[in-house]
Amino acid sequence: MNASHLQALTTDHREEAMNPEVPFIQVEHLTKVFHPAKSRPLRLLPKKAANQGFVAVDDVSFQVQQGQIFVIMGLSGSGKSTIIRMLNRLIDVSDGSITVDGKDVRALAPAGLRAYRNQTINMVFQHFGLFPHKSLVHNVAFGLKVRGVDRETREAKAAEALALVGLGDRIHAMPDQLSGGMKQRVGLARALATDAEILLMDEPFSALDPLIRKDMQELLIKLQRNFKKTIVFVTHDLNEAMYLGDRIMVMKQGKSIQCGTAMDLLEAPADPYIEEFVAEVDRSKVVTAGMIVRPLDPSGAPPGDPDAGAVRVSDATVLNELLPIFAAGTERVEVVDQQGASVGHVTAEEVFTALSPKGYSNAS
Amino acid sequence: MRLDIGGWFESVIDWMLVNFAWFFDGAAWLVNQIVGGVEYVLIGLHPFLLIAVLAAAAAALTRSLGLTLFSAVAFLLIVSMGLWVESMSTLAVVLVSVLFSLAIGIPLGIWAALNSSVSAVVRPILDLMQAMPVFVYLIPAVFFFGVGRVPGIAATIVFSIPPAVRLTELGIRKLDAELLEAAMAFGAKKSLILKDVQLPLAFSSIMAGVNQVIMLALSMVVVAGLVGAGGLGGVVVQGVAQLDTARGFEGGLAVVILAVYLDRVTSGARSLGDVLRNRRIRKEQRAAAGTPAVAAVS
Ligand SMILES: Nc1ncnc2c1ncn2[C@@H]1O[C@H](COP(=O)(O)OP(=O)(O)OP(=O)(O)O)[C@@H](O)[C@H]1O
Ligand SMILES: [Mg+2]
Repeated sequence: MNASHLQALTTDHREEAMNPEVPFIQVEHLTKVFHPAKSRPLRLLPKKAANQGFVAVDDVSFQVQQGQIFVIMGLSGSGKSTIIRMLNRLIDVSDGSITVDGKDVRALAPAGLRAYRNQTINMVFQHFGLFPHKSLVHNVAFGLKVRGVDRETREAKAAEALALVGLGDRIHAMPDQLSGGMKQRVGLARALATDAEILLMDEPFSALDPLIRKDMQELLIKLQRNFKKTIVFVTHDLNEAMYLGDRIMVMKQGKSIQCGTAMDLLEAPADPYIEEFVAEVDRSKVVTAGMIVRPLDPSGAPPGDPDAGAVRVSDATVLNELLPIFAAGTERVEVVDQQGASVGHVTAEEVFTALSPKGYSNAS
Repeated sequence: MRLDIGGWFESVIDWMLVNFAWFFDGAAWLVNQIVGGVEYVLIGLHPFLLIAVLAAAAAALTRSLGLTLFSAVAFLLIVSMGLWVESMSTLAVVLVSVLFSLAIGIPLGIWAALNSSVSAVVRPILDLMQAMPVFVYLIPAVFFFGVGRVPGIAATIVFSIPPAVRLTELGIRKLDAELLEAAMAFGAKKSLILKDVQLPLAFSSIMAGVNQVIMLALSMVVVAGLVGAGGLGGVVVQGVAQLDTARGFEGGLAVVILAVYLDRVTSGARSLGDVLRNRRIRKEQRAAAGTPAVAAVS
């Protein structure tokens, strides 16, 4: 157990050495201006007004590290879909730069763009975007068909991806035979089947019932543990944003108004608009032990177990689930990461502090 | 002031007649050969054999017992009225006209669906083609091709192209925008998107266009009879000219039988895509049930 743990650590180190601090996706000063359709206006408006266009995304910059879930959140019309579609150039960029894995996305020629979409960046859609005339396995195999993979291989791969999302027994069903949740599983499988490193997800769970949505969020987290994709996830639900996002960018009328971790938004909302959002959030269900953990004292981290017998919880445990532990009289719990390594402690007091709302006004 | 639009049009026609006579002669010859060939087959086969084939086609495409029986009985009625040869000659003309209309109309519809400028140019032309009284087409057609079958076919083609273009374009354009995005988001080429997504999903709309093309072509048959296209049109025109009510009615009835048959069979074919697809899926599902299901991967 110890040995494998050690091995995990060393591999982690190697990965880090391979991917130094250069972000996987780097977006700078991204701007999109929609111009009204060129329908030869009758020149009744002053010329200037007619030519201005509508700024849907206004000078937005952000970075996404490899393996992270980056959430873009904001109200309807704030430009979230426009941003996510500029990342794979379904919408052309008006200004700014997008660099993915060191490559300038805006400079891609048509063939390069198709290869980039097929191999690097896939997408999951709000209304699933499944082809109604293709069975599930053919839907999921579509990306590989585009790539020119032969029929047998791509269908095997597609069946595998469908099994991953729990639909391994329905690969020959048609999309219209499925419920919404199942359809989105297919959407997810289709994006997984190509092994693209980036997933764009535009409100993928918004069209689902709350319970199914919860299931799908958990499925995504589970898959993410295994696959470590880099995900750009759009939502207008802050609870979802905080549950899934490693980092969250809040948009308002085309501008980014805050970008940070869930805790950053909760602790120091940068704007009354975010404060309003945050007030709606059920902290006990979105704040996890990992977010508030006090790191181990780096000086004296003894290899042995300092408090044997302390309750150990995963860093993904939400505070709601810690409450009964503290109610039973425990002073503090030990928090461990996915590999089972201790990352620190959380005390009851810290939990209560994290749960009490802090506004924009008292933070300053 | 009177603008001599008619005169301009006439001089355009005259100019074309002088400069493209070789083209019109060649086209007329070619069309005559094709129609002659089709007609030769339809008339050459024994009527009962052909009726069996037509009824079988109805059965295969519509899966309706009623229609199968109807077509057998109705075609036998045509034989008993002594109009079999005329009917088959008309069927040959209709089939060839429809083939040309579709060969022009469907690609044009696809092009218009993919390119908005093409669509903007094509739309008013189609409006004009459809709104113009059909007899008007016959005049230049006769100038170009003389009397006989070919001017009738030419006028029929011009008259029946619009629904093929329109319904093809509509079928492709009405595709859900998210599906198109999905196809593009996976890096598919335009040609693959067209073949794999747009056309299959537009199939039933295109088939509705085919059905309308056929109906329009049949409706031209009698008109074409005026310029000596023969067939059932000739029978009806003759009946009118000689005030022969019986003959005219029989000719009309044969046209109706052809129309009902072609309409039902082609609208049945509209769902053919679904039928074939369902059969393929059932086959796959059965095959999958036979072999052990794909092992779940961890
Ligand atoms: N093709 C277009 N032409 C003109 N304006 C557009 C176009 N697409 C989007 N817009 C406008 O840009 C703004 C941002 O749109 P976008 O779809 O990115 O919003 P969103 O944040 O995804 O909203 P929602 O939550 O409703 O999906 C909106 O005001 C929209 O009207
Ligand atoms: Mg959107």
